[in-house]
Amino acid sequence: MSEVVQNLFWILVFPGFLFTVGLGLLASWIVRKVSALVQHRVGPPMLQPVYDVIKLLGKETLIPEAGQRATFMFSPLIGFSAVLLLSTMLWRISFVPASPFVGDIIVAIYLMVIPSLALILGSSASASPQASMGTAREMKLVVAYELPLVLAFLVVIIKTAGAVGDGRQLSLAAIAEHAPVLSISGMIAFLSALLCVQAKLGFVPFDIAEAETELASGVLIEYSGALLAMWTLMQGVMLVALPLFLVVAFLGGFGSGAWGILAGAGKYVLVLVLIILIKNTNPRVRIDQAMRFFWFWCGTAAVVAVALAILGNLFSIGWL
Amino acid sequence: MDWRIWSLKKSPWVFHVNTGACNNCDIEVVDCLTPRFDIERFGMKLVGSPRHADALLVTGGVTAQAAHRLREVYRQTPKPCVVFAIGACACDKGIFTTGYHMVGPVDKIIREIDPDAIIVYVPGCPPKPEAIISGAIKALSAL
Repeated sequence: MSEVVQNLFWILVFPGFLFTVGLGLLASWIVRKVSALVQHRVGPPMLQPVYDVIKLLGKETLIPEAGQRATFMFSPLIGFSAVLLLSTMLWRISFVPASPFVGDIIVAIYLMVIPSLALILGSSASASPQASMGTAREMKLVVAYELPLVLAFLVVIIKTAGAVGDGRQLSLAAIAEHAPVLSISGMIAFLSALLCVQAKLGFVPFDIAEAETELASGVLIEYSGALLAMWTLMQGVMLVALPLFLVVAFLGGFGSGAWGILAGAGKYVLVLVLIILIKNTNPRVRIDQAMRFFWFWCGTAAVVAVALAILGNLFSIGWL
Repeated sequence: MDWRIWSLKKSPWVFHVNTGACNNCDIEVVDCLTPRFDIERFGMKLVGSPRHADALLVTGGVTAQAAHRLREVYRQTPKPCVVFAIGACACDKGIFTTGYHMVGPVDKIIREIDPDAIIVYVPGCPPKPEAIISGAIKALSAL
């Protein structure tokens, strides 16, 4: 009985849903504050994302007459629950590495696609021409960044398979014990995965689907009130889940003990600040430029990284 | 205090509507976001869609063509929301009082569809960013 209660607490409160949502709101404050500091502004107070969400919950929720009502209302929930699940999984293998399950790598990759799919679903259900422009761009962006992201993750799998030896199950927990970023192929893979995560978060230079100045918030244009609050929360939790995924996959994850947790938190903040700095020092690119960038540049770099990783495994060269 | 009003005061998101302004007031609105004034300190944010907005910053004396759009944008804004008439033109048509193409001012158009709308007047040609921020604070404390 006590184990059930403990597991429930684990999933629902710490470090599961409640903690992740809190951390996500904190992370979205950090994004706004650091952006403000980069622009020599003061920036919003610490509880600003909380105020925003409370306010949105109290506002009127408008649903377009011509839209698909059910799809429009349920897609924020789908996206939000997918990222919550992903982050809970990542916390679990970070803190209790002894209990992996078969195929968690594949599950993590699938869960990472669902928020974008939910955005596409919700915005195409809203029957707004600007939202459909945003939807088309979001779809192209997903097609563009999934290829280099999976290739980069393949590098991690190959490097880990070379390091763990025969007979051990290859899971996220095994991956978290190694830091592939300390090799040439791992470094290349990390950089291309970082740019893919930037696109997944919908941050500049890849905020093509939202594009406030030309599409007037694009995919989110018709959302208001509680549904918009759900999207805001989802984007906050994505700010936890995706950098955490990079930390687990590339940077060696959380170690054991207090120092391990501190080091893991440091790595997370490092990735987050890198993302914010890329966001603040780049202009928005066009969708064709983004596709060419991801397929041609990131894709080629990731293929080279995969080849290097295989060579490194064959000849047992750790740094390759 | 009602939690809705309290949170609205903490994070008023604004949407900028130009109904035929000469671009002077629009520049001053954008000035509020710059490092010198930085209204994000008070949680204000310029958003791209009226669906996300809590306040409409309306500039210009409302031309015959813009009136319909202004009504539509006001209907699309989730309530509760505040309307700001920014500049002399938006307050009472300014130098365009006798213009044949002007059907405003802003409050007349908004009151046609919602007699109880909360409208804030920020006069000036153009009003200083300080005046806009002071108007915002007065409007929020009057809620």
